[in-house]
Amino acid sequence: MTQSTASFINIGERTNVTGSAAFKKLIVDGKYAEAVDVARQQVQNGAQIIDVNMDEGLLDSKAAMRTFLRLIAAEPDIARVPIMVDSSKWDVIEEGLKNVQGKAIVNSISMKEGEKQFLDQARKALSYGAAVVVMAFDEKGQAETAQRKYEISKRAYDLLVGMGFPPEDIIFDPNIFAVATGIEEHNNYAVDFFEGVRMIKQSLPYARTSGGLSNVSFSFRGNEPVRRAMHSVFLYHAIKLGFDMAIVNAGQLDIYDNIDPELRERVEDVILNRRNDATDRLLEIAERYRGQKGEVQKKDLRWREKPVKDRLAHALVNGITEFIVEDTEAARLEVERPLHVIEGPLMDGMNIVGDLFGAGKMFLPQVVKSARVMKAAVAHLLPYMEEEKLRTGMADKSNGIVVMATVKGDVHDIGKNIVGVVLQCNGYKVIDLGVMVPAERILETAVNENADMIGLSGLITPSLDEMVYFASEMQRLGIRKPLLIGGATTSPAHTAIKIEPMLSDAPVVHVLDASRAVGVVSQLMSDETRDRFWGETKDKYAKIRDSRSGGQAKARVSLEAAREMAPKIDWSTYTPPKPSFLGVRELGADLATLARYIDWTPYFASWDLVGRYPMILEDDVVGEAAQSLWNDTQAILQRMIGEQWIEARGVVGFWPANRDGDDLVVWKDEARKEEIARFFTLRQQMEKTNEKGQLALADFAAARGADYIGGFAVTSGHGEMEKSREFIDKGDDYSSIIVKALADRFAEAFAEYMHERVRRELWGYAPDEGLTNDDLIAEKYQGIRPAPGYPSQPDHTEKATLFSLLDATAKAGIELTSSYAMNPPASVSGLYFSHPEAVYFAVGRIEKDQVEDYARRKGWDLATAERWLRPILNY
Amino acid sequence: MTRQERIAKLKQTAKERVLILDGSWGVMFQKMGLQESDYRGTRFATHAGQMKGNNDILCLTRPDLVAKLHEMYFDAGADISETNTFSATTIAQDDYKLDARAVWDINHEGARIGREVADAFTAKQPDKPRFLAGSMGPLNKMLSMSSDVNDPGARLVDFDEVYHAYREQVKALNEGGVDLYLIETITDTLNCKAAIKAIMDLEDEGLEKLPIWISGTITDRSGRTLSGQTTEAFWNSVKHAKPFAVGFNCALGADLMRPFIAEMARVADTLVAAYPNAGLPNEMGQYDEQPHETAHAVEAWAKEGLVNILGGCCGTTPDHIRHVAESVKGIVPRKPPERAKALRLAGLEPFELA
Repeated sequence: MTQSTASFINIGERTNVTGSAAFKKLIVDGKYAEAVDVARQQVQNGAQIIDVNMDEGLLDSKAAMRTFLRLIAAEPDIARVPIMVDSSKWDVIEEGLKNVQGKAIVNSISMKEGEKQFLDQARKALSYGAAVVVMAFDEKGQAETAQRKYEISKRAYDLLVGMGFPPEDIIFDPNIFAVATGIEEHNNYAVDFFEGVRMIKQSLPYARTSGGLSNVSFSFRGNEPVRRAMHSVFLYHAIKLGFDMAIVNAGQLDIYDNIDPELRERVEDVILNRRNDATDRLLEIAERYRGQKGEVQKKDLRWREKPVKDRLAHALVNGITEFIVEDTEAARLEVERPLHVIEGPLMDGMNIVGDLFGAGKMFLPQVVKSARVMKAAVAHLLPYMEEEKLRTGMADKSNGIVVMATVKGDVHDIGKNIVGVVLQCNGYKVIDLGVMVPAERILETAVNENADMIGLSGLITPSLDEMVYFASEMQRLGIRKPLLIGGATTSPAHTAIKIEPMLSDAPVVHVLDASRAVGVVSQLMSDETRDRFWGETKDKYAKIRDSRSGGQAKARVSLEAAREMAPKIDWSTYTPPKPSFLGVRELGADLATLARYIDWTPYFASWDLVGRYPMILEDDVVGEAAQSLWNDTQAILQRMIGEQWIEARGVVGFWPANRDGDDLVVWKDEARKEEIARFFTLRQQMEKTNEKGQLALADFAAARGADYIGGFAVTSGHGEMEKSREFIDKGDDYSSIIVKALADRFAEAFAEYMHERVRRELWGYAPDEGLTNDDLIAEKYQGIRPAPGYPSQPDHTEKATLFSLLDATAKAGIELTSSYAMNPPASVSGLYFSHPEAVYFAVGRIEKDQVEDYARRKGWDLATAERWLRPILNY
Repeated sequence: MTRQERIAKLKQTAKERVLILDGSWGVMFQKMGLQESDYRGTRFATHAGQMKGNNDILCLTRPDLVAKLHEMYFDAGADISETNTFSATTIAQDDYKLDARAVWDINHEGARIGREVADAFTAKQPDKPRFLAGSMGPLNKMLSMSSDVNDPGARLVDFDEVYHAYREQVKALNEGGVDLYLIETITDTLNCKAAIKAIMDLEDEGLEKLPIWISGTITDRSGRTLSGQTTEAFWNSVKHAKPFAVGFNCALGADLMRPFIAEMARVADTLVAAYPNAGLPNEMGQYDEQPHETAHAVEAWAKEGLVNILGGCCGTTPDHIRHVAESVKGIVPRKPPERAKALRLAGLEPFELA
């Protein structure tokens, strides 16, 4: 899978001796091990390429370049990213290229010394297999005006392409210079840069643009907050014009929307050269920007007076990690072997947890919290057990090994993680391969680790196909291990009809939710119960298949008839409102605002706690668990907002559009002549008795005249992975899952918030709408925002059209996987329709005539159409 | 036929059917039970140290056997046979203390022998012309990997040395008459890049241009080369050679190689070639996979449109090649995909700015 198809590329600048005094000192002092750590931090902080520069008078730059590149080649976590070999001396660059196995970037070459040398160096770069950065620099000097930046770039481009250099491997650096220097001629430097970038991107096909960002804020050396604000503002404007990559301190970029509005405005005045006194006005307030913060708390500790065994049980049942290390240590000193602490008081405590869970007196979040305590205790005992193993050669074993993964093309893993934790609590060893895992890797791991069973998870419908393929691979390779199926789109019916028939040699079991996992796994592990359980499951699935094969195909109307019965919206009496803008805009949102839009009911549901919020907090059965989860969640939510763990990025767009049959044609502009995209919609074919008619999304747009549709993609997933990983690394799966579940809620909240803004101002067809959050949740608004892959348009591939219209990958950093899942997983996208009669509906099952028609419209063959529409085929 | 006519024919044929490369040479020489004296011949009779095991030197000391193997593989149905020059660089032959002259001669003679046999077959069977690929193996010394566990920066050779070693080999093979270069069993992409640069520079200096075939080696199920790259990263790092074909060989049998060939078929907009081992070696270091088993596995690849060229590496024999050739007869070869232009870079992992 390709590492980065993301929008804007961060090139790490800290391994550059001309930019970092600290790095320079390390290299000059020969402290290469620490210098390598600088590179590692850059990659960890999100640098997708690292810039290496050794241009320093005190150094043998060639030797330093060689040594450093060879050293980082030995570090897989650094060497995984490409290198930008940076020097003003060609022989140093060449030395760099001789020590990089991947495809690197040369930074830089230029026509400073004329065409001959330029072409000679380009030819050499090509023979080493490197891309090149070309500076806007010619025989006359560095380009300062937009026009000259462009002219030099154009001349270089023509020369390079003329000699056979691939245009896609050319990156122009049109020179970022310092602004706000007090010298009037410098005031327009940023604007010139922007304009240069725009012209290059517009006229030189496939070429890219780059630059060294920190130059722009050079006059504010020492005032980091202002420099960072300048960098964000600069990038915000540059990226919109197609700026592709910059050399930056990865991990030190502020979010444009989060900059103090006053500072942002004044910085913007400087960057965009909007007023003559811009520099003075920024200087006026610049000194005010520096600051920090911090705080603490306490509670009931009577249980601390009980015997150690009871204290451990209490800690486990109540999920308290605070004293676990000291209590575990006390217990260890009382027994002969460290293992006895686990087998004794800890397992006793976990058994209480298991019993309470089984009896419905404890709930999933509490169990996951207990697991966190257990992990901390075991982590404390581990070194003693290792030491004992070395001493005595004794080993121990688990109840069984389960390999789990979210299948290829899918990124959702909250449910899988919960199941993993619950199984671990019950003494099973869980090998969790993560998300987007190809079948081969899962199978290979299962075989190599001699796993007892395999668990697959998936949330989006294409994952179902991957599971079917997986089962067929198991059969082909003769791997006889039970296969467990779980995740939101999976079902006993799909498992019975599609998956189980593929695998005859091993049990296939659908696991409804995490609370069932232990029961299923333990029955499959035990020699006494396995065959009986398998037999029962097989019978159950056979019955499902029988019932489906008999009466399944409900009466459907033909596509032609369905089209006849499409709703007749009277467009003559309705003037579609015009959006406030056409085209695409990026729209961020701050987390504190979004938190108000969160729908909490599904949040509790993701923890298997059923009930409406806020009543659920006082529920007789789950109230206590819900309240405790609520408290922990609020604590994390506060930090999440305050410390900006995640970033909300979104993009929204509106276009002139009209219905064309069951398609929606998107026009380039109001002339409505040039089609830039086409959405395909599906029509209901179930037989209906009500007067609503047979719906398709296309019905909600006018066939002619001035109508529009909108689209959006929002995410709150940037940063989520890192944070949840941080908690897992600390053994805290509980907090990790809270982070993930919250990020999901934020994404939904963002979609809700965005939709509200769309209705009230961006499209503005309901400017006076005054709805509460409950009203929003109850969908009491005008217009809809259906998402591809959901009931009104079950075809996930339509997301590709939406994403390209929105440029969502570049603008919001959301990628589509091979199965059209959005990554980061905490993302939501959809179309907007404004018509008051637009409603959400389910397409339901469709007939072959429509599938054939749809395939023809999409330019697919029938098999492809059937693959993507499989969940709704009525045949 | 001139060489350029043969090359045009090669490219044309690749569009029509799956091309067949020959199989292992090592195992065949092994079966012949050669003695130290066979390796030495008269020229190296008094050369210091052991020469047995240096298969490449047989080009000079037992040219009859080398010609014989080409014949056996062409007979078995191979379209392309490789010169017996896998280790014929000054760096690799330093193990046997051979000088630059001897190394040049091995390459030149190896190419000349192969050329003669190939031409003889083409003359007999003009509708099935035979081609000769100049084998350029990896070195026993690597540019990206440390030679000393205590010093990750240590290297036994540098880029320039590797570059010059390959440069000599390329010139000799070209002069000796090969139709294309096969840079194979690549364990370290940087070594391969030195070989590519040698070829590109020589062509710039006026050497006749020949197609390049690049074949990496995925060492195990991790899916990476020995130097740590994934399939796509490897392709991104070598595609500037504009190779005629790219793919994998060695280390894995067909079953384990499949996912990586499938991945290469997805990313590479040129011909894809695969020549796996005959399975994995048993405890005795021998390969047990039978000819029909190998053929069965690679036939599936051809049917699925994953490959354009098939052959065999360690443990495969003329019998394996015969089975492979038979089984893929009439199968339409893979059509290289058109890929959108994009800035594609690589570290150990691929990078794409779409």
